[in-house]
Amino acid sequence: MKSGLWTWPIVLGVLTTVGLMSALLGDGVWDALSWVTLGVPVVVCLWYGWLRREKPAA
Amino acid sequence: MISPKAIRTWAWVHKWSSLVCTVFMLLLCLTGLPLIFHHEINHLLGTDVEAPAVPAGTPMADLDRVMATAKARNPSLGGMFVSREPDDDRVWYVTMSPTPTSTSGLKQVAVDARTAAPLAEPSLDSGFMYVMYSLHIDLFAGLPGTLFLGLMGILLVVATVSGVVLYAPFMRKLGFGDVRRERSTRIKWLDLHNLLGIVTLVWVFVVGATGVINTWADLVVKYWQNDQMAEMIAPYKGLPPPATHGSLQKAVTAALALEPHMKLGFIAFPGTSFSSPHHYTVFMRGNTPFTSKLFKPVLVDSQTGQITDSREPPWYLTGLLLSQPLHFGDYGGRPMQILWAVLDVLTIIVLGSGLYLWLKRRNPVVQRDLTEPERLAEAPAGANP
Repeated sequence: MKSGLWTWPIVLGVLTTVGLMSALLGDGVWDALSWVTLGVPVVVCLWYGWLRREKPAA
Repeated sequence: MISPKAIRTWAWVHKWSSLVCTVFMLLLCLTGLPLIFHHEINHLLGTDVEAPAVPAGTPMADLDRVMATAKARNPSLGGMFVSREPDDDRVWYVTMSPTPTSTSGLKQVAVDARTAAPLAEPSLDSGFMYVMYSLHIDLFAGLPGTLFLGLMGILLVVATVSGVVLYAPFMRKLGFGDVRRERSTRIKWLDLHNLLGIVTLVWVFVVGATGVINTWADLVVKYWQNDQMAEMIAPYKGLPPPATHGSLQKAVTAALALEPHMKLGFIAFPGTSFSSPHHYTVFMRGNTPFTSKLFKPVLVDSQTGQITDSREPPWYLTGLLLSQPLHFGDYGGRPMQILWAVLDVLTIIVLGSGLYLWLKRRNPVVQRDLTEPERLAEAPAGANP
């Protein structure tokens, strides 16, 4: 098994959880925190899914 | 390390839980997209209610005048609910119905909260958003339709969990985010399915699970009625329901006096599923971002205007109320709505690619390209790889 297989999924899962919670708990800076933390998984999807064009290292 | 037999079992769970729910999930994702922006779309369609400007300091109109305005528009109907948008106290939405528990024949009148003038009569059963809403909530089939969609949601949760289990064996030889574009189209979409699936995992899980909880709303409210509500109205047990009701304004004033630090959420009329035959129930919301999502019911005797009881909502009602914003994505402004929409589209791609991978499963050219765990997952359960 490739080492660190779960590292990025766990990091992204934690970020999503923080994003879902923070806007619920506060306004202003808490909303902004949720936009950033929910934005990261979206950017990761777009980057690896469509924007990154070089050959992946196998 | 997960055994080949376990991989086959999980693959079977993933395949069937997904296959059964995918068509419905695609429908929910597509109809959910406009629902995220329902305010904006209603504004564009011109079906939202605009409150006219009034001189600063104009006092709020008496709620009994507001009701009289609504009643004048629908003389044969009685009051059901009075509500307003959390961020706009200039408009009351009065929902009226033939009986307090009717599910059809409902009418709504939007009334200016300052002047008690009628503003609009929003249609509750026609228009683009109504179709989107009905397809999303109950497939035009009432409570059975809602519960059926909840069941499909449970399958989505099962598909999500089994998909996570399968992520490891599929990614054994790949780095995070690798998409093998140089191989077959199917391999490319397999990698994209795994990538988008694992990255959107927590969001899909939360929106799916809270959607399931929302399908139980009617049942939860019914349970609350027989539980906490029954305790609160115990002194009225056996009394005949009153034929007429007293002042609504008096009831609301009493509730506001009891909870001066809370804001009015909505009012349920006597006899509705959110109240008792003898009470106006005034649902108060907190004034912090978190507590504003929660409601505390204040029961006011509809005859005397005196408060009967008010209790903190039980855990299951709190759970239901919190599952609403987490499903709707309406608690973090416009940027959150946009993120919700993008994540929704990414989910559509995960669902669509999953369906595509299943349709292309028996292509022999593709089979040759598979890695070992993929072949295990492709093989029928119990067969030797």
